[in-house]
Amino acid sequence: MIQLNHIDKRFGQHQVLSDVSLTVPQGRVTALIGPSGSGKSTLLRCVNLLETPTAGTVAVGDAKLTFSPDSPPPSRQDIHALRLQTGMVFQNFQLFPHRTALENVMEGLLVVRKWSRDQAAARALELLQQVGLAHKADAWPGTLSGGQQQRVAIARALAQSPSLLLCDEPTSALDPELASEVVAVLRDLAANRMTMLIATHDLRLAATLADTVVFLEDGRIVEHGDSRELFLQPRNPRTASYVATLQEGLPEGWRQ
Amino acid sequence: MPDWLKLMWESLPPLLYAGLVFTVPLTLLSFAFGLTLGFVTALARLYGPRALADGFRFYVWLIRGTPLLVQLFLIFYGLPKAGIVFDPLPAAVLGFSLNVGAYTSEVIRAALLAVPRGQWEAAYSIGLTWAQAMRRTILPQASRVAVPPLANSFISLIKDTSLAAVLTVPEIFQAAQRIASVTYEPLILYTETALIYLVFSSVLSAGQQKLEQRFGQHLSEPKEQP
Repeated sequence: MIQLNHIDKRFGQHQVLSDVSLTVPQGRVTALIGPSGSGKSTLLRCVNLLETPTAGTVAVGDAKLTFSPDSPPPSRQDIHALRLQTGMVFQNFQLFPHRTALENVMEGLLVVRKWSRDQAAARALELLQQVGLAHKADAWPGTLSGGQQQRVAIARALAQSPSLLLCDEPTSALDPELASEVVAVLRDLAANRMTMLIATHDLRLAATLADTVVFLEDGRIVEHGDSRELFLQPRNPRTASYVATLQEGLPEGWRQ
Repeated sequence: MPDWLKLMWESLPPLLYAGLVFTVPLTLLSFAFGLTLGFVTALARLYGPRALADGFRFYVWLIRGTPLLVQLFLIFYGLPKAGIVFDPLPAAVLGFSLNVGAYTSEVIRAALLAVPRGQWEAAYSIGLTWAQAMRRTILPQASRVAVPPLANSFISLIKDTSLAAVLTVPEIFQAAQRIASVTYEPLILYTETALIYLVFSSVLSAGQQKLEQRFGQHLSEPKEQP
């Protein structure tokens, strides 16, 4: 289980997150939605500590770290241990361009887990198969389409069997067709009970994948609930006007 | 055989000897020390605590702002006044290394900064430590960017080592001066010397291409237009 308690994040005077508390249930998909600048990416990055919260508690599995402006930050080892329980998928893929698809997936197994090359390659190939890219194992990332790169990135994030997969705008850099192949992979993972936290401004993606949706604005949670309910019967008027764009996507007269 | 060719032929062995015994080792040693110093300087300036970064910035400012020849004179002829005495070769290696370090530190700093921040984050996200991310993710990509300008420094260095002649190091240029002063044929001797430097730097340029290919195997060359 993943638990965030009273997370504050300030960049200088700018308050990005204010008192955000959130529980991500095991085996479920939680989507963070909200307008640009609402803090959803920052919140996601606070979970694996790519951003250090100004205050609050982050708990993933048995690792639990508390941050406070008055006390020294947790040790590097503690941060590392917590990070190892998470995998992350980035908006711009961020594959290592100087390594092949297979080597990208192997990297953590070789360097962090100290597996042998053969073992790591076998596991990496299995994961590439899972995302439908075993035939591209020896390709350089630069020769792959965006959708293929993102699928390799997902395989890389899963290599060390994290208990939580973080996805930061996983489809935003892709055209709709390429996005759909990434969504298919994420849906497979969800069906296999992978715990996921997805930050996205693609409401269709959130509606398709997520069990629970969290609507953030100005660094605060506005509404948090079952995804069907939040999209169809939002309680908060602000949520209602935001999610309305999902239905209003089609031109007048196209809707029944 | 015309006289000028005969003179060139006969002076080739002493010139090559001076090159292989002094110029080449002087260049290799200075570049190895200089590159190490440049790397440390770049790291200190990018990631070190403020005071350390400032110290290294002062060093770069000092070396880049003063002539190499003056630095060499200071080390070899000036420092003995303060009780620090160097033999000619170590004095030259010290001077050239400090120089290479200052210039290459800027190249390395720029190359490290050229790697997108997201690459650090991707490396951290799979659990790499700072040192592992640096070694396995950032440096290989930065090297691709750094090789051409570093090769520039290397080629400059091999030519700059001719300045060691003024520190009484018997490298190629000093050997040429010696022969020219007894044969009264400066045109022939210095032409020959220039040609030898040209051959040395051409070999280095070929090495640069090999290195670029090695670090850039993931980048395919743009296809030729038919």
